[in-house]
Amino acid sequence: MKRDSRFKERQEGVETVQMTLDGDIMTAQIGDSVAAAILAYSANPSRHTAMGSPRAAYCMMGVCFDCLVEVDGRPNVQGCMTLVREGMVLRRQNGLRPISGVQADD
Amino acid sequence: MTDADLIIIGAGPAGMAAAISASEAGAKVILLDEQQSAGGQIYRNVGSNHDGRSFLGEEYFEGLKLVEALSRSNVKCEFGTTVWRIEDDLRVVWSRDGVSNISSARHVLLATGAQERPAPFPGWELPGVMTAGAAQILMKSSRLLAKDAVLAGSGPLLYLVAVQLIKAGTPPIAIVETQTMKNAFKASRYLPRAMLASKMLAKGMELLRYIRKSGVSRYTSAKDFQAVQNDDGQLTFSFRTRKRVHQLVTPLVLSHQGVVSSTHISRSLGLAHEWNLSQQAFLPIVDKWGRTKNSRIHIAGDGAGIGGARAAIASGRIAVLDMLFQLGKLSDDQRNQSSTADRALLRQSLAIRPFLDALYYPPKEILAPSGETLVCRCEEIGASTIRQTLNQSGLGPRQIKSSTRSGMGPCQGRMCELPIQGILSSCGKKHLLPKVRTPIKPISLGELASLAERPSTKS
Repeated sequence: MKRDSRFKERQEGVETVQMTLDGDIMTAQIGDSVAAAILAYSANPSRHTAMGSPRAAYCMMGVCFDCLVEVDGRPNVQGCMTLVREGMVLRRQNGLRPISGVQADD
Repeated sequence: MTDADLIIIGAGPAGMAAAISASEAGAKVILLDEQQSAGGQIYRNVGSNHDGRSFLGEEYFEGLKLVEALSRSNVKCEFGTTVWRIEDDLRVVWSRDGVSNISSARHVLLATGAQERPAPFPGWELPGVMTAGAAQILMKSSRLLAKDAVLAGSGPLLYLVAVQLIKAGTPPIAIVETQTMKNAFKASRYLPRAMLASKMLAKGMELLRYIRKSGVSRYTSAKDFQAVQNDDGQLTFSFRTRKRVHQLVTPLVLSHQGVVSSTHISRSLGLAHEWNLSQQAFLPIVDKWGRTKNSRIHIAGDGAGIGGARAAIASGRIAVLDMLFQLGKLSDDQRNQSSTADRALLRQSLAIRPFLDALYYPPKEILAPSGETLVCRCEEIGASTIRQTLNQSGLGPRQIKSSTRSGMGPCQGRMCELPIQGILSSCGKKHLLPKVRTPIKPISLGELASLAERPSTKS
């Protein structure tokens, strides 16, 4: 279930881009970082740790690595250090990361 | 031949001021920064925020002057770049868009600034708990305003973010402050010296007056912070003041306990550092020119000890004078005389620091967490595990790291190192400098391998 953002809804009038997050359409404003776009989109966690705890972006300045996300197939990208682009495909990383395409829990 | 006379790492106030003055003196300068534009965290995005975001305040827009002077200069700016290694011969290895490059210089200036002090409490890892600085970054670069937030902790930034949120029309529901009367008493002896920076004091008082007038609730001497996630995703934030326990329901807890110097690069270079008691952090040892024991490496700005933007600007320019002296472009006398105005600015800006450090000294439970509070967010290691390991092995940060994995995650200790130092010290142990090895930010093996395929740069 998608929860409303923890942040106030933004004014329109800024150029937007469309991306997907886990297959759902997500709109972001030009100049947003991926982490900011996800925070603006929903209050849900942006990943789950290896132990299964929910996490979202914490520091927004490249220090904490809690905003890690898969961007266009590339895993472990710092969402707060990456600007949004039209058509970006984002996936939340839930649980242990697979190695060479093998799911760790297989 | 090197690629430049000077490579500067970090385009905040120190790095920008240094780059501008070095380039004016005819030096060839390369400026590297992780962000997509100049400004650092304090002046983040200031070059593109002309759309009436006046709630960010006058001081923020002061950064425009530097950003504009930088864009008019001959400085070669490389944005979106992460420096992950510096070699002893001053070859700087940096990554952008998954590709690594090497630039060489005769001098290097580290102007990597600060990060917010990690402020662990039970639940600080939950979605909805962020730093106050993070909320400010979201205002500056994404027009995102925290609604109904609770600001929790201490320090000038907490008040600044509160005022910015109030002016933007989304006031926080409460400001929960950890500082006590005891802090105020200890700080009072530094007040006469702080009067030298009377303008900064006045600005602080103005922020407090504004908050008071706004009617936002303030709690002081707060402790025992805890955040719990509710079924609807909101947080219940609880804390204790004197004998009462308070609970606030909020979508966002914005926590802050001051800022600490970023020392990953200076430590990876094997430079000398020492523990600073009043800032509760390791600081690199530099002389009055910002020069390290490697005379071709200087450190300026908050990365050499927290001083704020004005001090950073002055120290950046002072470091450049010493570099120009070493390059033979200035005589000893010229260097000394040219530095007088900036030395005065530096002295004045730093005059308020002992007062602020004492007034907003972080509480013990944040410096040295206990119980189930998560210390290492990456590897999910709690304070009790760290304490048990310490009791069993009785050794330092290296043993804690190898036996618990704390500090081995992607943030490479940036979040857990200081709380671990706090725990060590609360157990009566000495502060030992944690080692930093390159790459100081994670890069892929593929990126590393592709470096070998290219011929190394001229040396």
